[in-house]
Amino acid sequence: MAKEKLFGKTLNELKEICIGIGMPSFTGRQIAQWLYQKEVFSIDGMTNLSAKNREQLNQEYEIGLESPIRVQESSDGTKKYLFNAKGDNFIETAMIPDSDRKTVCVSSQVGCKMGCLFCMTARQGFQANLTAGEIINQFRSIPEWPQVTNLVYMGMGEPFDNLNEVLKSLEILTSDWGYGMSPKRITVSTIGIIPGMKTFLEQSNCHLAVSMHTPFDEERKKLMPVEQVYALEEVVKHIRAFDFGLQRRVSFEYIMFKGLNDTPRHVKELIRLLNGIRCRLNLIRFHPIPDSPLEGSSDETIMEFKDALNRKGLLTTLRASRGQDIYAACGLLSTKELVKKQERDY
Amino acid sequence: MNLLFPVNITENISINGQAFLLKFRRPFDFKPGQILGITAHENITPRLYSIASSPLDEYISILYTLKAEGQLTPILAYLNPDDLIWITGPQGKFVFNNEPAWWIATGTGIAPFYSMFLTNQRPLKLIHGGRKIEDIMFRPDLSLLGDYIICCSQDSGDKIYPGRLTQYLNDFENLPQHINYYICGNAEMVVDVRNLLIAKGINFRQVLTEIYF
Repeated sequence: MAKEKLFGKTLNELKEICIGIGMPSFTGRQIAQWLYQKEVFSIDGMTNLSAKNREQLNQEYEIGLESPIRVQESSDGTKKYLFNAKGDNFIETAMIPDSDRKTVCVSSQVGCKMGCLFCMTARQGFQANLTAGEIINQFRSIPEWPQVTNLVYMGMGEPFDNLNEVLKSLEILTSDWGYGMSPKRITVSTIGIIPGMKTFLEQSNCHLAVSMHTPFDEERKKLMPVEQVYALEEVVKHIRAFDFGLQRRVSFEYIMFKGLNDTPRHVKELIRLLNGIRCRLNLIRFHPIPDSPLEGSSDETIMEFKDALNRKGLLTTLRASRGQDIYAACGLLSTKELVKKQERDY
Repeated sequence: MNLLFPVNITENISINGQAFLLKFRRPFDFKPGQILGITAHENITPRLYSIASSPLDEYISILYTLKAEGQLTPILAYLNPDDLIWITGPQGKFVFNNEPAWWIATGTGIAPFYSMFLTNQRPLKLIHGGRKIEDIMFRPDLSLLGDYIICCSQDSGDKIYPGRLTQYLNDFENLPQHINYYICGNAEMVVDVRNLLIAKGINFRQVLTEIYF
């Protein structure tokens, strides 16, 4: 029988495990330190635990770190790591170096249920939620992990469709007993699952990014089915009502599609919609996916769009495209070629 | 959306062992095609389901599929008449605009279309897919539609297209180009059908989707 993994357990969960096998609860904190703050690859390496306790743990548990099975490196230094997950499935993780920063883009699900028209991951359907351990493992098991400065939840999957595990992973990343990362170095991106977003805002201090892509309801419905359920106007209403304080940041992601969302009409509506919200609009170049009916806006149009928004007082930036030669840019992360997709009856 | 209405179940019957029809008295107005949230406990986030009844009916009906690994449906499946659940108000914009359209659904994805049908809204064609004929709910009523196609991947028989719904669509050399296509079902089916329609020349702006997530 497979052993349960300790990696990815919160402090409370580790304490419960300890109590459950007759160990003192404070041992949970010692295990957390071994898991998240020291280099240890076996329970036997947890040398401040008694030999008896280590033996007890070994009977039912293992550390549970999983190395990537493949890595591709872009000419710009971006790396795409491939991990095994949940049997025959795969998840991808991108590591994006940028002068003094190293950002890791993690996946929260295998596949995705959200069906966005512009997203490659949507085409492989949904296979499984990742555990907190599988999410953090994407950062901890790459060679660059000690130098990682930022984490973004922008890989495969919708984080707030796997809320509990995502929140657990954030707790482990930001707690003093965990990795002790500043929540200001972590951004979680959503397409706007309102109940999950509200819980995240209340229970975490990490930054929020919302995939918007057009301010108009009728257009967004065609790009993102979630609009039928959680309308952008409602998402923005909740964000407007929440006190982000001075440190916490909210941003809106906006992929630029030729002739679809890159017009002066969109500039005007974005200004109206986001009026009064201290936020940033992050423009993203669209990197076409096979057989997509969408095309990316030209660089000239993107720059005009960006300048028009900045002139009207909406802080607007353009995300640098990274790792194009290895298809690592956000929205193109997909394991489609690697997944031997079985025809499924609907 | 946050306001929860306590309602007593009036009926909770298994249709085919996996799909269930849940009924309770209607506490509010809604539009055909809308969804609502259901929870068995006030402190648990509601799950969303399409309404499968007419806004004129005294009762609201919900179709759900029992999923062993699910958080709510294993509880719902054991509820009896008079048991209490909590529901949210109606929400969602997957509503029919009465322009010429095909409706395409699999399994319990038929719910919003059945609600529209009961409100005398009519598509040019309704295509409903499932593994077996028992997965095709509301057949007697929907058979009244002029163009009603049943696709079963693991069943055959009179008036059944023996194959997947995507296969049925793929058989068309020329799909109507100037109508709307409404699709409702799980993510994989919706994305596959949408991609197929686009590959056959349908503008993505004419495709409206509702995904169960």
